[in-house]
Amino acid sequence: MNRHHATGIVTAFAWMVLGFLALPAFAVVPISFTDTRYLAMPDEHWSLQHWRAFLSSREWHDSIWQSLWIACVSTLGAVVAGTLCAIGCWRVSSRWSERVRTAMILPMAVPTIVYALGIYRLYVDLDLVGSAIGIVFAHTVTGLPYVVLTVSASLANIDPRLEQAARGLGASVGQTLRWVIVPNVVPGILSGAIFAFIHSWDELIVVIFIGGRAFFTLPRRMWDGINDNLDPVIAVVATAMILFTLLVLSAELALRARRPRS
Amino acid sequence: MPSQSNAPAGWRPRHGAYWLIILPALAMLVFLYLVPLADVLVTSITDPKPGLDNYLLLFTSTSVQKTLLTTLRIAALTTFVALLLGYVVAYAMRAANSSQQRLMLFCVLLPFWISVLVRSFAWIALLSSRGPVNAGLMAWGLIDEPLPLVRNETGVLIGMVHVMLPYAVLTLYANMRGIDVRLVAAARSLGASRFQAFRMVFLPLTRPGLIGAGTLVFILSLGFYVTPALLGGGKVLMIAEYVAVQINDTLRWGLGTMLATTLMLSVLAALWALSRVLDVKRLFGA
Repeated sequence: MNRHHATGIVTAFAWMVLGFLALPAFAVVPISFTDTRYLAMPDEHWSLQHWRAFLSSREWHDSIWQSLWIACVSTLGAVVAGTLCAIGCWRVSSRWSERVRTAMILPMAVPTIVYALGIYRLYVDLDLVGSAIGIVFAHTVTGLPYVVLTVSASLANIDPRLEQAARGLGASVGQTLRWVIVPNVVPGILSGAIFAFIHSWDELIVVIFIGGRAFFTLPRRMWDGINDNLDPVIAVVATAMILFTLLVLSAELALRARRPRS
Repeated sequence: MPSQSNAPAGWRPRHGAYWLIILPALAMLVFLYLVPLADVLVTSITDPKPGLDNYLLLFTSTSVQKTLLTTLRIAALTTFVALLLGYVVAYAMRAANSSQQRLMLFCVLLPFWISVLVRSFAWIALLSSRGPVNAGLMAWGLIDEPLPLVRNETGVLIGMVHVMLPYAVLTLYANMRGIDVRLVAAARSLGASRFQAFRMVFLPLTRPGLIGAGTLVFILSLGFYVTPALLGGGKVLMIAEYVAVQINDTLRWGLGTMLATTLMLSVLAALWALSRVLDVKRLFGA
């Protein structure tokens, strides 16, 4: 039995810390039902007034749609390019492809503010500030690491001789990808897609810089709302975002449960 | 194979098609990621005029130095607290049975997935003077006046630790899982007290985890923007927010890009140093 013993005090303290981790975000749920006009727990009774304000707000609706389609399109881009890249690096498997794969992780390591400055300068030159294609490309390239990592992890479990066998039997590279490799890494692709989606859905700093006047995604509108006035409607939005994230997360967990453990 | 002698490794003709499918992602990375980063670096040594004048500000400007000090202080404090709390959680997780372990892991991963913006907002709501934390403390008679918990360094620290703790727990736990606890049992049977066994056997074995988790949390803390900006209420300027202010309000591109470059190079240097000791790619989930 390779387990050790922790005393009751240590375990109790650990659970307190875990509570500190898991619970605070949910404070926005009761606050979203407050009957006050400022951020506070419901005072005398629970009220739906802020939910009504949210549901009837044109601005918040526009933001949700913008966030949603930007996240969908950039996820699609990141999944296609990232999957191909991971497969290519896996098959080539040389010093150079290893370097490419390491470079692909850079967007996760470099602080976002640095990239935000750089991409803003590039987009000013290309006249892409406040353009849909600009935001989609920025979210695609910063979403790539998630896909490359998850697909690479899936590929690590495949026997490379499978690919050689397919090629040896006369399949083209395209056919080998379509019928042999991709079907074997579907769980990795889907996990990567979910991570890339959440990345774009939550992304704030880049959008602040390159969104211009046209693009107020959900995080950006929340950010402005928090900075301007602490309207309880933001608690409603936060609650909705938590629900949505939990939904996406349970989809990921369901996928993981279906994936055979290596 | 003769073709290998004059072609770079990996450029075997058989792999041509596979390099081709690497290309779209690589092209995007180069033109939409690396080129912009290079532009930040170049701007920092050319704006307003060529030279290292911007970098001199690191040594001469008091507001720059104040920001750097604030950043280092908060990053160090966050790292310390996150390591301390994270160690206890990882230790308890290592000892727990598997169903408890799953629930604990769920608690660690849950905040990971809720947007930092939402979490920072939740903390503002919780810690504000009319928020539930202050209300609760006053109701119990522990305090008479609401404590200033937000729009100051206390608030930033609470929010940062909350964001960074999962990274610390996961890195430490991955390390502790690889430790053979029979070593601790052996120490106990040889007469070590429980504390001695921990202090002289278990703790030294978790050193790689502590170094890895500490560096990771410190690096991530350095570049943080959203949490310090919201919970600091503009009063606690860390480097990322300071950069944004330089660009958005005062249009000092030279200063902004210089600090951004400094931040980026520090982070990359720390990661490189860490990669000498640990497999860094695993920290990012590979």
